Amino acid sequence: MKDNISVRETIQNNIKNKKNITDKIMPAFFLLMASISVLTTFGIVLTLITDAYRFFIAVPFSEIFSTKLAPLNANPSFGILPLINGTLISTLIAMLVAGPVGLAAAIYLSQFASERVRRTLKPIMEVLAGIPTIVYGFFAYSFVTPLLMKIIPDLGAKNVLSPGIVMGIMIIPLVASLSEDAMNAVPEIMREGALGLGSTRLEVALKVVIPSAISGILASFVLAISRAVGETMIVTIASGSSKNFTFDITQSMQTMTGYIVEFTSGDAATGTTGYYSLYAVGLLLFLFTMVMNLIAQYISHKYREEY
Amino acid sequence: MTNIETNNHNIVYDVEGLNLWYGDDQALKNINMQIEKNEVTAIIGPSGCGKSTFIKTLNRMIENIPIVRTSGEIRYHGKNIFDKSMRVEELRTMVGMVFQKPNPFPKSIFENVVYGPRIHGIKDKKILMEITESSLRSAALWDEVKDRLHDNAYGLSGGQQQRLCIARCLAVQPDVILMDEPTSALDPIATSKIEELIDRLKEDYTISIVTHSMQQAARISDKTAFFLMGELIEFDNTKVIFSNPRDQRTEDYITGRFG
Amino acid sequence: MMDFNTIGQKTFNLSTKGVKKVNTYKIKIDHDRINRRIKLNNISKVVFSLSTVFALIVLAILLYRIGVQSYGWLNFKFLTKNLSIFPEKAGIYGAIIGTVGLMLIVIPVTLVLGVATAIYLEEYATRGKMQAFIKINISNLASVPSVIFGLLGLTVFSRMLNLGSSILAGGLTMSLLVLPIVVVSSQEAIKAVPNFLREASYAMGANKWTTVRKVVLPVAIPGILTGSILALSRAIGETAPLVVLGIPTLILRIPKTIMDDFTALPIQIYYWTLDTVLTAEYANLAAATIVVLLLVLFIMNSFAIVIRNKFQKRF
Repeated sequence: MKDNISVRETIQNNIKNKKNITDKIMPAFFLLMASISVLTTFGIVLTLITDAYRFFIAVPFSEIFSTKLAPLNANPSFGILPLINGTLISTLIAMLVAGPVGLAAAIYLSQFASERVRRTLKPIMEVLAGIPTIVYGFFAYSFVTPLLMKIIPDLGAKNVLSPGIVMGIMIIPLVASLSEDAMNAVPEIMREGALGLGSTRLEVALKVVIPSAISGILASFVLAISRAVGETMIVTIASGSSKNFTFDITQSMQTMTGYIVEFTSGDAATGTTGYYSLYAVGLLLFLFTMVMNLIAQYISHKYREEY
Repeated sequence: MTNIETNNHNIVYDVEGLNLWYGDDQALKNINMQIEKNEVTAIIGPSGCGKSTFIKTLNRMIENIPIVRTSGEIRYHGKNIFDKSMRVEELRTMVGMVFQKPNPFPKSIFENVVYGPRIHGIKDKKILMEITESSLRSAALWDEVKDRLHDNAYGLSGGQQQRLCIARCLAVQPDVILMDEPTSALDPIATSKIEELIDRLKEDYTISIVTHSMQQAARISDKTAFFLMGELIEFDNTKVIFSNPRDQRTEDYITGRFG
Repeated sequence: MMDFNTIGQKTFNLSTKGVKKVNTYKIKIDHDRINRRIKLNNISKVVFSLSTVFALIVLAILLYRIGVQSYGWLNFKFLTKNLSIFPEKAGIYGAIIGTVGLMLIVIPVTLVLGVATAIYLEEYATRGKMQAFIKINISNLASVPSVIFGLLGLTVFSRMLNLGSSILAGGLTMSLLVLPIVVVSSQEAIKAVPNFLREASYAMGANKWTTVRKVVLPVAIPGILTGSILALSRAIGETAPLVVLGIPTLILRIPKTIMDDFTALPIQIYYWTLDTVLTAEYANLAAATIVVLLLVLFIMNSFAIVIRNKFQKRF
């Protein structure tokens, strides 16, 4: 047993001689890495605020809250309302598609579909969610718009309707999968109870499952709105860059994201008010999606406590 | 620097005035007991009595739960394990542990056994191979696995997995082996194999075993400690505990009146 | 055959404390109403299933359209030739190199940052304010529109660090964009490592870092890889941040180092789509590029699924 003694001794000596620095250095290293994410947020907020500030001191508020947006004119005007209008209208159209269809898909998947159907459909939904938005943009511009033109002859080659619809299609999987998660979280006994009393599946869905899962469903809608507001390429390609303040969905409108893309890829020189306006719009966009995200978190946090 | 010397003194663990709290809940109340060399000490009691907590305190595994506080002393060969100079890594190589559910790593049988020696700096392949063979032999597993040392440990049966965990523990040549209900997840045949193994291991090691089965305690242990609601009610030779307990509560428990 | 109507007319005798009470419930079963309810249920089932299928139909049309448009344009020459103002001669070799270059930045940066952050949050951070703060931060970061990351990259990497619209600037911007995905999926993978394995390691006298390195990470790696591949496929398809960085419209030179200007697959799709107004054939080029992009994404995702399925449920 001489070998055995040496193993014991080696181990003990090794432990004694080990400085154990890894348990001091590694936490610090990991904390440093984790701080990068925090730094990124600070970086975003800082860059947006600094340059947006220059915009806000250069442009009077009465001009900002006007409907006249003409950044490249000789006598430029920076009314933000056309952009907000364009953003809200495209988002509204998207939600009119994604809301009902996504919810219906969620109800189907969680209440009606057999396990086999579910297992086929869900990955396909995931595929749909994984397609890059640029592809949807191309699809909206080269397929959906010409198709809609056959129905609405007055439709412009660039219009807000087509990207709105395609954006809606893009976020169907988001609404469907988050709502379905919320519905599946409703305890099985509640459903069985209602079914046992002779309710049809539809009645169970409408009267038991949806009321119980309502906060999760709402959260999915809020996140979907946030996605639609922040979506860039579809609207940039298919909605164009008209800065008119209008409610006519057959016309071209620019969204906040579209404005940022147009301006950076164009030739706004650094230091001009036009350049800073980019950051003001960016800041607004950031705050909006941030608030929406916090609301969604708040709602879904509340609903998790229910069971 | 700590110096844990395995001296000839017969007392391995000397627990004095040990209290332990989870946050505000006191789980162990003023425990005093001694664990002697080459003996099997069984720790029995109803669920939630603190027996698992107690055994996990002996190698300070309980400190992985952040809200735990302790007071009192546990002297391991005369040295307080809560002392600042005590290195928990060293303590745990001296005091091995076997858990309720077999928990081999999702690696090969060989990798499992040499995990301890490896992380403590033994790299020589030949020595590692020797360690593997002797540990698996001691754990009565060698003949069953010698042809498939490089297969995944999760291909073994539950009983074999638990013996592998014992072998893994033996590989660093500990002084004490703590077992936390090691057979509760196993079938009767696997259980009796582990019990036979414990009987053989006590020649070389000091063993403390938490068990929910009084028959098991009676079969394999030399001393038995009965815990109830965080208190050590009675600690004596197993024969005395099971034939002539001093405390009424011990008698109630072993005769099956509660628990 | 029993008439269902009679079931509802049973008489119940409920006696309490000697007082004999007779309650008579009359439940009239309305067959018309039941039939209506069942019909409504069946109709709604069809409507709901059609809604689900709607998404699939759109997907099918999208793929079909793009396939048709790219037909005849997608060939070996298209993959190996560089850009040209003449549609017949144009290829996407430069864009492919650009995308590969971006990935060479994104992969190491996000893996190191993302996995380290996840390890910190799951293994080291105590459940306190700091951990909660970082967690909220990451989830918020995940919902920030990609175009905002473009602005960040433009300000910090392009202008402040003077990286211009190089591969490095684009890669770093993309890394920050997909970092939250890598962090969250790595966290999930680390969380899924059963605690009894950590206990086994600690009980052998291992310290935290040894346990993380030798036990937690090896078990978590398939999950981390799956998440990273998905994050990467997001980065490959993202367009907006790169456009904001000001990638030039027409780059005829193939990038040689990470400091060179570049174009990438999605950027190329964007510019060609915009230019269809000028030259109709550009739509075919865009479609052909989309096919290439989707194929790359498809291969990556299949890979992720294979890894996920192979290593699922081992305990």
